[in-house]
Amino acid sequence: MSELKLNSLYQQLILEHYRSPKNRGKLDDATVSIRMRNPTCGDDITLQLRVDDDEVIQDVRFYGEGCSISQASASIMTTLLKERSLDDAIQIAARFTALMHGDEDAAKDRSLRDLRALQGVSKFPVRIKCALLGFDALQEAVRKTRGEPALEA
Amino acid sequence: MLETAAGATPLDVERLRRDFPVLDQEVNGRPLVYLDNAATSQKPVQVIEAIEAYYRSDNANVHRGIHELSRRATELYEGARKTVARYLGGVDPEEVIWTRGTTEAINLVAASWGGANLTEGDEILLSVMEHHSNLVPWQLVAERTGAQLRYLELNDDGTLRLDDLDGLLGERTRIVALTQVSNSLGTINPITEIARRVHDAGALLLVDGAQGAAHHGVDLTSLGADFYAFSGHKMCGPTGVGALWGRRELLESMPPWQGGGEMISLVERDHSTYAPIPHKFEAGTPNIAGAVGLAAAVEYLEQIGPAAILAHEQDLTRYAMERLQTLPAIRVFGPEDPSMRAGVVSFVLGDAHPHDISTILDSEGIAIRAGHHCTQLVMKHYGVSATARASFYLYNTRDEVDRLMDGLATVHSIFA
Ligand SMILES: Cc1ncc(COP(=O)(O)O)c(C=O)c1O
Repeated sequence: MSELKLNSLYQQLILEHYRSPKNRGKLDDATVSIRMRNPTCGDDITLQLRVDDDEVIQDVRFYGEGCSISQASASIMTTLLKERSLDDAIQIAARFTALMHGDEDAAKDRSLRDLRALQGVSKFPVRIKCALLGFDALQEAVRKTRGEPALEA
Repeated sequence: MLETAAGATPLDVERLRRDFPVLDQEVNGRPLVYLDNAATSQKPVQVIEAIEAYYRSDNANVHRGIHELSRRATELYEGARKTVARYLGGVDPEEVIWTRGTTEAINLVAASWGGANLTEGDEILLSVMEHHSNLVPWQLVAERTGAQLRYLELNDDGTLRLDDLDGLLGERTRIVALTQVSNSLGTINPITEIARRVHDAGALLLVDGAQGAAHHGVDLTSLGADFYAFSGHKMCGPTGVGALWGRRELLESMPPWQGGGEMISLVERDHSTYAPIPHKFEAGTPNIAGAVGLAAAVEYLEQIGPAAILAHEQDLTRYAMERLQTLPAIRVFGPEDPSMRAGVVSFVLGDAHPHDISTILDSEGIAIRAGHHCTQLVMKHYGVSATARASFYLYNTRDEVDRLMDGLATVHSIFA
């Protein structure tokens, strides 16, 4: 049982994104940059977006360090964001958060695309915050872009 | 100086394990292997039963009642202080102050002694090896008083750069605060030698004994410390109780740090006079059951013998280090010589992040710690954000080290 659970956590796709993350690096013309850290475990992600006047994400990068789950989740997330609106981004973050909390419908939601490979994380409660770190940064980036107050200092 | 581990009689681990009910269970379908002892140790039935017996038959507030139960509770509570004083090398029980643990003990010294004695430009000497609980209290008092923090650096082998010590000890150095044993590297520091140099420079020495008291044993009559802080929960005792030991004249000269019941002798409208030590520093109803449990833990450890426990830990450490070295892409931190360390082995393994290592080991029933271990300055020194840490205690076995190695083989198969 535990081996099966482990295999569902460490899917090939996740390990690939961990080893060769997409959109990793810095964005010179970013309009917003958010750093998120998980103080208990040291995961550390900086997410940068370039958002145009119509609230469309033109480009995205991330950098930082942490476990396979936090890095793969951020990497896959960035692959879904280009040319998407901030509303879409918020929607994806909400659906992914639901997936992490075991929502059956979210597991079938095709709009989450490769993020569904992270479904196994929901069975490891202590690792859920790793998977959500990049999305926390994304939500914060949207708030900052829209001039809304930050949730966390 | 250092308690020599050689020559101690081997522990009868199979018998000792039966004292620890928590060890007898399966986790994720496999027998539990508990290797997170530097974070907290498990508790023997002797401790669990002492706490239960206290609540079942003796519970009352201490030093307050004239009735029988209060007399008994007070006797148990003050008796526990004597037991702890004996464990610390036979110090005066009045020099032993109950706290919630190491962290509170250090905060007490930083706030009370530091607040009364530090002024702008004074220096506090710490090391890069310290647990956050022996850093942040000093940062707070430095901010309040204008004192400066200085740091003893690390050698890459995980020992302190003691060659720098005399240079760092200056005219303004008022106190040096160092750990006896590093919780992330396992290093045992030569405290007695350090104490001599600190005292020659006219400064005081606080020793963080959180790991030392549990894994090394201690004789405060010869160690050379002026203050010593430790936690019960790392040495088979309950959480929420520990102690500060301090030299009598220092404790007597220090102002109280918390006010309330228990710590006063006379209260008037705008001022009070304080109880003598130790009670001056023990405001409010204390953790009586905790003290009773800690005394039971101390008696348990005394029966086994701290030297034998350290020898056992070092045997497991030597074995674990030998086996770990056979893994490709392993990096083990801390002194290479197992006799210079307590039972703590920190490592990283190739590209596998310590959290992933810990999750994979947990799926096989093996508990280790992954992270910075509250020693971010150590992590920074080695340029890593986290390590995996296995830490041993009296009830661990070589078979459990083998299970750890099997688990690491699984890690390797996933991440290689
Ligand atoms: C070296 C060291 N110092 C201080 C502490 C803090 O101890 P506590 O959390 O019990 O106050 C610990 C344990 O976490 C430690 O290992």
